[in-house]
Amino acid sequence: MTDSFYGEVLADHNLHPLHRHDMPCATHVCKGLNPTCGDDIELHLDIHDGIITDGSFTGIGCAISQASADIMLELIIGKTPEQAKYYTALFRRMISGEITEDELEELEEAGALQNVSKMPARVKCALLSWNTMEKLLDGGDS
Amino acid sequence: MMMNKALLSKSNFPVFDVYKDLVYLDNSATQQKPKSVVDAVNTYYYEQNANPLRGLYDLSVKATDAYEDSREKVRGFIGAKSVKEIIFTRNASESLNLVAYSWGRANIITGDEILVAVSEHHSDLLPWQLLAKEKGAKLNYLECDEFGEYTIDAFRAALTPKTKLFAIAQISNVFGRVNPIKEFAQICHENGTIIVCDGAQSVPHIPVDVQSLDVDFLAFSGHKMLAPMGIGVLYGRKELLEKMPPFLSGGEMIEYVTREGATYAELPHKFEAGTVNVGGAVGLAAAIDYINELGFDAIEQRENELTELAFNEMKKIPHIHIIGADNAADHHGILTFTIDGVHPHDIAAIFDADNVAIRAGHHCAQPLHQHLGVQSTTRMSLAFYNDEQDIERFIATLKTIRRRMGYDG
Repeated sequence: MTDSFYGEVLADHNLHPLHRHDMPCATHVCKGLNPTCGDDIELHLDIHDGIITDGSFTGIGCAISQASADIMLELIIGKTPEQAKYYTALFRRMISGEITEDELEELEEAGALQNVSKMPARVKCALLSWNTMEKLLDGGDS
Repeated sequence: MMMNKALLSKSNFPVFDVYKDLVYLDNSATQQKPKSVVDAVNTYYYEQNANPLRGLYDLSVKATDAYEDSREKVRGFIGAKSVKEIIFTRNASESLNLVAYSWGRANIITGDEILVAVSEHHSDLLPWQLLAKEKGAKLNYLECDEFGEYTIDAFRAALTPKTKLFAIAQISNVFGRVNPIKEFAQICHENGTIIVCDGAQSVPHIPVDVQSLDVDFLAFSGHKMLAPMGIGVLYGRKELLEKMPPFLSGGEMIEYVTREGATYAELPHKFEAGTVNVGGAVGLAAAIDYINELGFDAIEQRENELTELAFNEMKKIPHIHIIGADNAADHHGILTFTIDGVHPHDIAAIFDADNVAIRAGHHCAQPLHQHLGVQSTTRMSLAFYNDEQDIERFIATLKTIRRRMGYDG
């Protein structure tokens, strides 16, 4: 797979996501919509005693939005809501092309989406899950 | 029938001198412009520009003539009886809004029904949806089958004595299939229903004659038929236009104004408020000259050949599903498709990386995508100036997409 269009990491998270499944008993659920392309996702998080203990997503989207959601959940499960918001801010800065090398390392696999900063048409796809998580953590939907 | 086959060539389109490697297959969104059209617009602005229809000096008369000659050219092109039936607008969307606001607000009342084909572009859906809501009318949908076909039987069944207006495109921007407008018009008129035809995708590609079709209104855009953006046409039957109130008001559409009221100018000026787009109209006339000189026989033959080539090659590739008819002849240069497991955004990104311009999304037809049970699709749409190499490049990229998304085959 040497000519993988988005690179191995994104292709793998898109085709074989770890966190793409329903979570009917999740403590928190929030919907995210990208009105320009009609894509929507539903984000589920279990938050117990100030820790995000589990998470998943369902819905439809392009490879960038799906891989971004999967990578995001991989990063934030086991963290506090505050840490999740911190990563969201870092991720946004990466997409805007304003991140340092050290900060990029903190984002772990999410760094694979750095090239989106050069694809203006795809910024909304990459941010869909992160925006949805922020809305959820700020008390959106339920 | 005139036929100048040299006009089929891309070499008449300066954009391809600048972007030599570009494969442009988004012609249903907008077409590229031949040099003769851009030159005609330039000549107007360099040599004839003045405010038309009111100046009492030579240059203004020239501008007026340029504008009115363009109207006559459009009249002949679509076979209307009179230039009074040709109203210049910005585009098909504005033309359809004109009908909805002017005819619609004066004629639709609570309890009436409006019938709209489910495959309509949002521009031929939202004006009717708003009108229905405002007037307390009922908006009904005419459903098509999985191949995009509307049958006469289904149409008769959807029509009721309360159906005041029926709106449908002659060619859908998703399916590419020609709808039986003439038959629909006859049934509409037996039922006392007005028929509004969206010709945005048909007028550039097939001969359209409003008298033969017997439609009440026909809307189309210049930019989808070689002409500049910002000029469009509404054809309306004179008897209807005469009774309709103005749409927009202002200069050039009045006869006499007092503090208390006004009398309005004769058709077609009643519907053309403000200083008009003479440059656009002149460009549209030059586009019609180009099409007439090339001839619809040549245009259709070329577009059908290329459609068939693309269709047959696409059918050979696994995991590709073409939306609509299962034969090339019913696609008229529009091939909308899905690829198993690949989102249209990703498909478009890969085509873009290979310098092939296509369209992804819902093509401004969300209710249709809901009806077909697909979230979004990808569309390639060609024009006569495309060639075999364009189709080969399109197919070559199409074959690689699943592999480049990480699938094995």
